Amino acid sequence: MSVLVVADNSKGKFKKGALEAVHYGHLVAQLLGSECHAMVIGEADQPAQLGKYGAAKVHHLSDASYNHFDGQRYLAAITEVAQQIGATVVILNHSSAGKSLLGGLGVKLKAGVVSGANSLPDITDGFSVTKNVFAGKALATIKVNSPIKVLSLMGNSIPPQEVGEEAAVEALSVADPGSSITVKEQKTVDGVVPLPEAELVVSAGRGMKGPENWGLVDELADTLSATTACSRPVADTGWRPHHEHVGQTGVAIRPNLYIAIGISGAIQHLAGVNQSKTIVVINKDPEAPFFKAADYGVCADLFDVVPKLTESLKKFKAS
Amino acid sequence: MKILVCISKTPETTSKISFTDDNSEFNTEGISYIMNPYDEWYALVRAIELKEQHGGTITAINVGGSSNDVIIRKALAIGADDAVRVDTDPSDAYDAAAQIASYAQGKDFDLILTGKETIDYSGAEVGSMIAAELNLPFISLASKLDHDGTTAVLERDIEGGVEVIEVTGPLVVSASKGMAEQRIPNMRGIMMAKRKPLEVIPAVETETLVSTVSYSLPDEKGGVQMIDPDNMDELVRLLHEEAKVI
Ligand SMILES: Cc1cc2nc3c(=O)[nH]c(=O)nc-3n(C[C@H](O)[C@H](O)[C@H](O)COP(=O)(O)OP(=O)(O)OC[C@H]3O[C@@H](n4cnc5c(N)ncnc54)[C@H](O)[C@@H]3O)c2cc1C
Repeated sequence: MSVLVVADNSKGKFKKGALEAVHYGHLVAQLLGSECHAMVIGEADQPAQLGKYGAAKVHHLSDASYNHFDGQRYLAAITEVAQQIGATVVILNHSSAGKSLLGGLGVKLKAGVVSGANSLPDITDGFSVTKNVFAGKALATIKVNSPIKVLSLMGNSIPPQEVGEEAAVEALSVADPGSSITVKEQKTVDGVVPLPEAELVVSAGRGMKGPENWGLVDELADTLSATTACSRPVADTGWRPHHEHVGQTGVAIRPNLYIAIGISGAIQHLAGVNQSKTIVVINKDPEAPFFKAADYGVCADLFDVVPKLTESLKKFKAS
Repeated sequence: MKILVCISKTPETTSKISFTDDNSEFNTEGISYIMNPYDEWYALVRAIELKEQHGGTITAINVGGSSNDVIIRKALAIGADDAVRVDTDPSDAYDAAAQIASYAQGKDFDLILTGKETIDYSGAEVGSMIAAELNLPFISLASKLDHDGTTAVLERDIEGGVEVIEVTGPLVVSASKGMAEQRIPNMRGIMMAKRKPLEVIPAVETETLVSTVSYSLPDEKGGVQMIDPDNMDELVRLLHEEAKVI
């Protein structure tokens, strides 16, 4: 009996969510009185480090042909390892890779699936975990009835902690079922923390008047080393790229700090951001619905106040 | 090209969410439903565009009771050729996926499309489950999709960018923003939809693997603290000392 965590990495580096997932796996294993195993697929930077977050053992499939994410071959590989080590719980990061694999693993392992779990399981009566539903308007407790469980862990839910030493890494080889998928190219921007992983987010809406004014937002974001986001109409009109669109029909995020500039706070927008720990709203309309969901509000013209906030932050950073 | 588009319903986005039976059931009273935006805006519209380019047929499939027929008719009005409803209220994502896979089995669809997730449960599970049931490749979160009848070229959203992928042969794809632009059904479409075939088929037996045992509402915010716009130093201090987020 064991817990298997798939620690995904991008260009060899473990994603923050992968470390969170390993640590979560360690805590789940403790609860169940079993052992946490991590699985690493493709080239990776020091897989042994996963031991620090609680993996008792790391299985590394280092064959270079696995460097690119291929849903078909990854699914087969994880299924094989899960069966080999008799995993009763399989944990993924709720990332682009995790979302591709989750349902398939459920089918292959005949396991119940919970996607985007955000709490440790309650095992007093079976096995249940919570997740956000209705775009963060509610929390549901989901009970998994099958002997094997497959979960993906929502980012920023359980902070990763170092609990131990480096782990032993075992080289892995698996049967290769082949695949009809070819990854041609990866186009990524380096140095930006992707929105779902970001702890600090600066977001702006139609109140910005036009894309030419985004320098204000970028400067504030740079000062904080924050990731930028936007409301839906801003992405729809092409002022900002689609991947910045947050909300019920965009990316759902839960950063520590969300600064909303010139965004009215429509219910569909709030749905994707209301899990943020602290919300700051800058809006010139005292009746803007967003103030009701905010921790701190500044009622003023954003063109005046955002540069002032950036200035104050620069002073703070320098001190 | 033969395309199957999976459509589901979800509460309208401004719905007030509440629960009954000691917080164990979602209170559907007064809730109106819409087609899940990812299914409607992207998956369905892209299917129609591909058909416009290459010819073929589009079948829309839904798993649910007869109250879903309104949503299915809308899919037909937007441009699906025919529709199938599997007559059962799905008990979990696996149930829905197993029903769809069972229908699709042996029907040689070149492409099966779903939305990237529903906006109520945000599971993102059904597409990958259908693919696994049918042993087909699955590409999630596709924001671009071209298909010439044998080979699909896709862009898939990944953290901080996209991945360009090629897949030969039949496949399952989940659609995210960017794949197409929303289309509003016109009068002619709505009239034609009334005459398009909607087949109702019985469900197959499945196992219920997960169940929602209770719901709760998130903690209320403590109320907003307004800051003097001329004193941003104070906001920075609060973020540092009180909220401890910077
Ligand atoms: C099915 C559906 C799904 C949707 N999904 C999403 C979603 O995922 N995400 C999303 O964001 N929206 C979504 N929407 C749209 C949503 O309803 C709102 O229309 C949208 O969020 C509004 O964007 P906004 O706040 O940028 O613009 P507006 O509502 O126009 O607000 C602009 C705000 O800027 C303020 N402002 C203007 N000038 C200044 C200034 N100089 N200084 C300070 N403040 C100023 C105004 O007071 C106003 O509050 C969805 C809608 C539907 C129907």
